[in-house]
Amino acid sequence: MKSEYICTVCPNGCELSVEYEGETMISCTGNLCRRGFEYAKSMITDPMRSVTSSVLVEGGVMPLVSVRTSAPVSKKRMFDVVDVVKSMKVKAPVAMGQVLCENVLGLGADIIATRTVEAAEK
Amino acid sequence: MIKKIHRRAVVIGGGPAGLAAAIAIHDKGVEDVMILEREPRLGGILNQCIHDGFGLTRFGEALSGPEYAGRFIDLVNEKRIEYLTDCMVIGLTPEKVITAATREGLLEISADAVILSMGCRERPRGAMSIPGDRPSGVFTAGVAQAYINKQDLMIGKRAVILGSGDIGMIMARRLTLEGARVEAVFEILPYPSGLPRNIEQCLNDFGIPLYLSHTVTRINGRKRLESVTVSEVGPDMKPIPGTEKIWPCDTLILSVGLIPENELSLQAGVELDPVTRGPVTDENCQTSVPGIFACGNVLQVHDLVDFVSLEAESLAGPVKEYLDGGLPDCRIPVEAGNGVRYTVPRRISGGKDVTLSFRPSAPMREVCYEAFQDGRVVSRLRLKKAVPAVMVHMDIKASELRGEGPVKVVARIEE
Repeated sequence: MKSEYICTVCPNGCELSVEYEGETMISCTGNLCRRGFEYAKSMITDPMRSVTSSVLVEGGVMPLVSVRTSAPVSKKRMFDVVDVVKSMKVKAPVAMGQVLCENVLGLGADIIATRTVEAAEK
Repeated sequence: MIKKIHRRAVVIGGGPAGLAAAIAIHDKGVEDVMILEREPRLGGILNQCIHDGFGLTRFGEALSGPEYAGRFIDLVNEKRIEYLTDCMVIGLTPEKVITAATREGLLEISADAVILSMGCRERPRGAMSIPGDRPSGVFTAGVAQAYINKQDLMIGKRAVILGSGDIGMIMARRLTLEGARVEAVFEILPYPSGLPRNIEQCLNDFGIPLYLSHTVTRINGRKRLESVTVSEVGPDMKPIPGTEKIWPCDTLILSVGLIPENELSLQAGVELDPVTRGPVTDENCQTSVPGIFACGNVLQVHDLVDFVSLEAESLAGPVKEYLDGGLPDCRIPVEAGNGVRYTVPRRISGGKDVTLSFRPSAPMREVCYEAFQDGRVVSRLRLKKAVPAVMVHMDIKASELRGEGPVKVVARIEE
């Protein structure tokens, strides 16, 4: 089997030509670096993506704190992760990098805050 | 009463360009540097860019916008660099006198050097003259992004996106993840204007179709948007009669280009480039007005923030040199030739190595960019592919240059 992918690891957007059988990669061309090779492998087994969204904040200087998964998760589970994020609510203050949900859905990545939200002055 | 102060260097705009410039200028020993920011907090547009992919070049990891900005804001605080937020600059003279509206009233700052880092604006509906009704539900991509990511306001349920710019595609993904349906992205050009990786991860991942050589030719709806009419366009970019199709939707997102925000530059008499619509600069990021410098999206619209930071940092040395007594003349013009839309900078001295930035005028494969001076090749850059969405950087060594003849950059397709 042959497939063409655009690598999403970095803005180069390498055009990958991948030859594979089942879940075994036979060859990969077009990648400028090792990460493209790994990306191609994941595309034929279980494509992975980072998920970014935001979580409601109570008592903060802004209504939302932006979040992301600490590592890419299975592309098939992106909407499940977003559902978890939508059900969450945190109390200010929130610090950048703070883990808001550990090992979300057992996917091996945490949901972390990507900005600081100070508590609003009362 | 107007409060009057003096600073050696003033940075207008506290987004990625301004933050990086101020830190680098401070690091060069100019501690009397001040950042002026219109918003209540530093960070600029990065505050609403919650998607990841920032900082891959600079930090070797995929950060979100707020995290990328956070690293610079932390440095500003650590170094105790002075900044004012909620401060809107409303005037700038060629003598580098800045007038700003602040919470405490008007502020007048006379500066020895001014760094323009005001970023850019989105092209709105009015700039495109799409015929039709004027219902609610038409947003530029950045405004949609601000509503959803900053204010927790959902903008619609069924969206159509006009323009394949990066923010439009990123909003297609964001809207889909937030539960809206994105019907399609339409692009008037025969090629996408955003990065290939965004077509993959924002459109293809979610099965959102991208129609090239298509545009919205009518907006329909009395109060709220009800549908858009979409037509195919020919090679002349004009709609082809008879190809009209109605796309029902309640939301239209415009991602049709960014324009450097140069109202202040014009006030100061800074010469603008008709192609980039940013200031004409020399190798020091200095504009046509001595002591006024420019960097980031106000100079040229970038596709990667990492390069914005680099460009901003590159002017710190020259700013210091200017303050210490002046910069050498830049007499060698740089011109964009066949296949090259523009170049930044437009003037160089020949006294030091420089990196030119430019955009290809159309997608090309196996292309060789060559810089000529008086018929001699002074630099060559081979690329497997080049697209207008990706800025090209080309080094020119001072040792290759002779005299003050113009340098011209052209694209040549390799056989």
